[in-house]
Amino acid sequence: MTDTKTSSLVPSAVYDRLRRRRAAERRFRFYGLAAVGLALMMLVFLFVSIVRQGYSAFTEHVITLTVALDPAVIDPEGRRNSQSLSSADYQRLVRESLAALFPDVTERAERRLLFGLLSSGASHRLRDVVMREPARIGTTVVIETPLDDDADRFLKGLVSPDVPESERRIKDRQIVWLKALHAGGGIHNRFNTTLFTAGDSREPELAGILGAVVGSFYLMLTTVVLSFPIGVAAAVYLEEFAPRNRFTDLIEVNINNLAAVPSVVFGLLGLAIFLDFFGLPRSASLVGGLVLSLIILPTIIIAARAALKAVPPSIREAALGVGASKMQSILHHVLPLAVPGIMTGTIIGMAHALGESAPLLVIGMVAFIVDVPVTPLDPTTVLPVQIYLWADSAERAFVERTAAAIMVLLIFLIAMNALAVIIRKKFERQW
Amino acid sequence: MTYRASNDPPHGTVGAPRVEAARAKLTACNVDVFYGEKHAIKDVSLDIGRNEVTALIGPSGCGKSTFMRCLNRMNDIIDICRVTGTITLDGEDIYDPKIDVVHLRARVGMVFQKPNPFPKSIFENVAYGPRIHGLASGKAGLEEIVLTSLKRAGLLEEVKDRLHAPGTSLSGGQQQRLCIARAIAVSPQVILMDEPCSALDPIATARIEELIDELQHNFTIVIVTHSMQQAARVSQRTAFFHLGELIECGMTEQIFTNPLHRLTQGYLTGRFG
Amino acid sequence: MGTLFCDRVRAIAGVVFQVVLGIVKDAVRQGSTRLFMRMHVLMLIAVLVLVSVFAFGIGHSRAEAMTCPRHSLPQYHGQCAALATFLPGLVVVALWGALESPFALILALDRLAETPLSPLAAAEGHFLTAEIQALAAGHGSRKDPALMMAAQHYAELRQTGFVLMAVLAVGASLGGWALAWRRLTPACRARNSIEHALKIFMILCATLAVLTTVGIVVSLVFESWRFFNHVSLMDFLFGLEWSPQMAIRADQVGASGAFGAVPLFAGTLLIAGIAMMVAVPVGLFTAIYTAEYAAPRFRALVKPLLEILAGIPTVVYGFFAALTVAPFLRDTGAALGVAISSESALAAGGVMGIMIIPFVSSLADDVMIAVPKALREGSLGLGATRSETIRHVVLPAALPGIVGGILLAASRAIGETMIVVMAAGLSAKLTANPFTAVTTVTVQIVTLLVGDQEFDSPKTLAAFALGLVLFVATLFLNVIALQVVRRYRQQYD
Repeated sequence: MTDTKTSSLVPSAVYDRLRRRRAAERRFRFYGLAAVGLALMMLVFLFVSIVRQGYSAFTEHVITLTVALDPAVIDPEGRRNSQSLSSADYQRLVRESLAALFPDVTERAERRLLFGLLSSGASHRLRDVVMREPARIGTTVVIETPLDDDADRFLKGLVSPDVPESERRIKDRQIVWLKALHAGGGIHNRFNTTLFTAGDSREPELAGILGAVVGSFYLMLTTVVLSFPIGVAAAVYLEEFAPRNRFTDLIEVNINNLAAVPSVVFGLLGLAIFLDFFGLPRSASLVGGLVLSLIILPTIIIAARAALKAVPPSIREAALGVGASKMQSILHHVLPLAVPGIMTGTIIGMAHALGESAPLLVIGMVAFIVDVPVTPLDPTTVLPVQIYLWADSAERAFVERTAAAIMVLLIFLIAMNALAVIIRKKFERQW
Repeated sequence: MTYRASNDPPHGTVGAPRVEAARAKLTACNVDVFYGEKHAIKDVSLDIGRNEVTALIGPSGCGKSTFMRCLNRMNDIIDICRVTGTITLDGEDIYDPKIDVVHLRARVGMVFQKPNPFPKSIFENVAYGPRIHGLASGKAGLEEIVLTSLKRAGLLEEVKDRLHAPGTSLSGGQQQRLCIARAIAVSPQVILMDEPCSALDPIATARIEELIDELQHNFTIVIVTHSMQQAARVSQRTAFFHLGELIECGMTEQIFTNPLHRLTQGYLTGRFG
Repeated sequence: MGTLFCDRVRAIAGVVFQVVLGIVKDAVRQGSTRLFMRMHVLMLIAVLVLVSVFAFGIGHSRAEAMTCPRHSLPQYHGQCAALATFLPGLVVVALWGALESPFALILALDRLAETPLSPLAAAEGHFLTAEIQALAAGHGSRKDPALMMAAQHYAELRQTGFVLMAVLAVGASLGGWALAWRRLTPACRARNSIEHALKIFMILCATLAVLTTVGIVVSLVFESWRFFNHVSLMDFLFGLEWSPQMAIRADQVGASGAFGAVPLFAGTLLIAGIAMMVAVPVGLFTAIYTAEYAAPRFRALVKPLLEILAGIPTVVYGFFAALTVAPFLRDTGAALGVAISSESALAAGGVMGIMIIPFVSSLADDVMIAVPKALREGSLGLGATRSETIRHVVLPAALPGIVGGILLAASRAIGETMIVVMAAGLSAKLTANPFTAVTTVTVQIVTLLVGDQEFDSPKTLAAFALGLVLFVATLFLNVIALQVVRRYRQQYD
């Protein structure tokens, strides 16, 4: 094949043709490789762009303030009960302690700029300290409190000082103060614990994903509790018992089609049936779980049927041969052997459900919820919906937090898929 | 010899498909089996004698396995399969709707072509049957049944120090003896063996054949086999099937030395099959 | 074995008792009527469970004590007794749960009708029920005395009803137990009964798949029907203007709202078309490479990597499209002098295309692998090059499967929601220009429903009409795709 060139038997027209065919072959192959390369590049580009936008959200700048807990401000009447303590004017204390660092700032407008560096969460931190230890009133305490998101973004280098002052939210004067504080050690950068310990907030520096993570957990719990037994029971019936007739054919066609119905349509189903007809509470993970169960049920049934089918008939015969009933042969032998396959399918279905957000928007799980849910009946938000809400926010500081939340979501998904792969590898059985 | 009066002589079958009424364990009368449209077994009548080995021989696809699977209603699990005629076990119709098929299969055990131990321990494999039938009282009773069964299957010596190893870790011949132990653990009256040696090497086959020899004192055994030598070695009576019909039946010696039917002769001399 | 079992039952009973105690304490502490009601039901179910556990234990030991040979193992007799005890009670509770609230409401409204009403209250029949329920739960706002009385009556009815139901449920349970007790004989086929019950449960589960479809169709059709009472079907399907903002007061501008969905269909097709233009060539060539050229190890590595693309949540793609791709396209367009909207169809469609690459490539790869080797060898044996073999032999043979995959991908693209919600606009323009913002069916469904809406305004109902169109379209694509793929499979199986 390589020495066609030297062969005198091949006329030159055929030789030319052959050369063109070879070139076409090379081109075709290159297209294929390019397509693979392009697709993989997209994947890499997606991950890189998210990490690049989100990594900065894992740290935050905090300012260390020394606050004098003046009893005259906190509790002028000296009652020391929790009501008066919780409603005291902590903001004033915090602001005074910041102003003390810059004694030359006295003008009202300037002072407002200065206080703008602080997060509104600072006073809440101080209140927590006082509520925990009322005995410290009258002394001074040192607290660390997050900076305002604009100041934080500037210190992270996300806002360039070269941009004209009118086009950025952080002003030149504030930059000077920040630099002074930074140089004096009053500000330092640390791991952003708020992101993982707080619920949602209007202030980016106070917003966290804990509420969404807990909500997602409850949602997944509801989903798996509902869909796993039903899915497995349906699969066992269809694979082991169902006679071949029109009704079971109908069920099969149905399941295959349901697997491809857009999830937003399931949201409409949930809205019409669970919310409007049965009057279940909006925003609770129960309703979301019901809808997601219906969405992943086909996945579980299809996976479970495949796993059941993979158990060889000789096992069934062996059990029947010693006098087990059909149900016993399935419950004692076939189903346990199919469990790894069913688990794998279920985990993949759950991973799918974890990333699902469109049906949840439709059934109204998009409320702004600050509190971390305690039970599955509490109103809650979930991770993908939180991502949607943050991505929609005007504050630039939410962009990095959105990307960070996406990273957390992707880590959960990767962990789930890895678990599925491990189960499959570990229990893979050749019959 | 006294034949039952009610028995019409099965047309087409030569030899002696019937045994004395008192010695008959299983009796099949005019059994037909259909797989959908296919007529797999045609009007077969045959007695299986008590405590003896009956071999079913014939070319592939002749229906011998199908017939045997009627004897403990394993054909029930195939949707399109339909059985007509009567089969009685100790005079009791096993296709009577009042019969619980599960109890029937406990009385008529089965060993399959390919060794099919459960992917569980050796002990669990044998203990499963007694457990679901509630045969053992307590743990000690169960253990006793398991050990006895393994011993009778001639496997105990080889596995007694690894009862909790997986059953699938045994060699092919050992697996098949494990399956026999599993079958006899529920104390069946009849054991059906569907080509039990076809997946085994000659040495393992010899062990199984010895075992069959011993087991026939306590059990009624029906064996389907491809190997005429094996039928000759282990069985007392032989039935020859061809294209779904029972062609000839009789004492093994007689069939092998002096077959009555032309087809039997042809098969035994290797002219077809 | 018997004593051990009794110990276990006692332990379980202990746990159940503690749970019940916990619930009671909780209920007392929380004090809310509604919560109390819910806890009551949980408590009742706990009682039923407890009774069933006892029924199980007693049935088990009675069966164990039998001397004559019994049909089934003791555990099946026990389960039988437990089931016979639990199910009747549960049925009573379920029936009550479904019927009590509307029933009590009717009675309460009757009571209300007997008393003279304030004219204001008489006008709003539907609103009244909600108000009564709110008042009964202790957080109603209107202190109309007639309403208050009705609410109190309603609450009392529910209380009495609950007690009645509880007695009935426990009675039914005990009755069931008594029946099971009498049936517990050695000849009783307890195992068969249990297996039968289990099988019925399995059939119900399998039927749920059909019920889901029925639920989807019924709810979509029903709500759409209500929508078409407001807006004519023709206007909806062929109207060219979409502006669903309904005025709250009649004198506002744009009071009617326009529900012509053609711009939405056009936008959907535009975005899905862009997505397919990305996904089909890339996916197809990827499949050709992995199935025909790549070494098995390369294929084993690349295929799962590509499938990650389909596993990434769509909200992530939405973020990527809205915050990375769209600004990039806008800036590039500005540099080139092309006006690209920051919510362009191109950004949404392109990113969606990336997402559905694996839908095309995976199925195409599978079907190409399944093309018999003999066909390939026949062609290569004639001196065809590999690419010629692929183009003239493998692709035509695999075509039905590939088409099926593409159709499934298209149905996915049409039904995709989050990417377009986040990256495509809301403006319903009838245009084929990929640089402008368009809106899609799914975007409108979400937009119409997000936010507090009255359930029967045409605006909300329009979402269901759009959902019906979406469902029918995707179902159509799926059915064809599955048929095509199935026929293809039969060809080579």
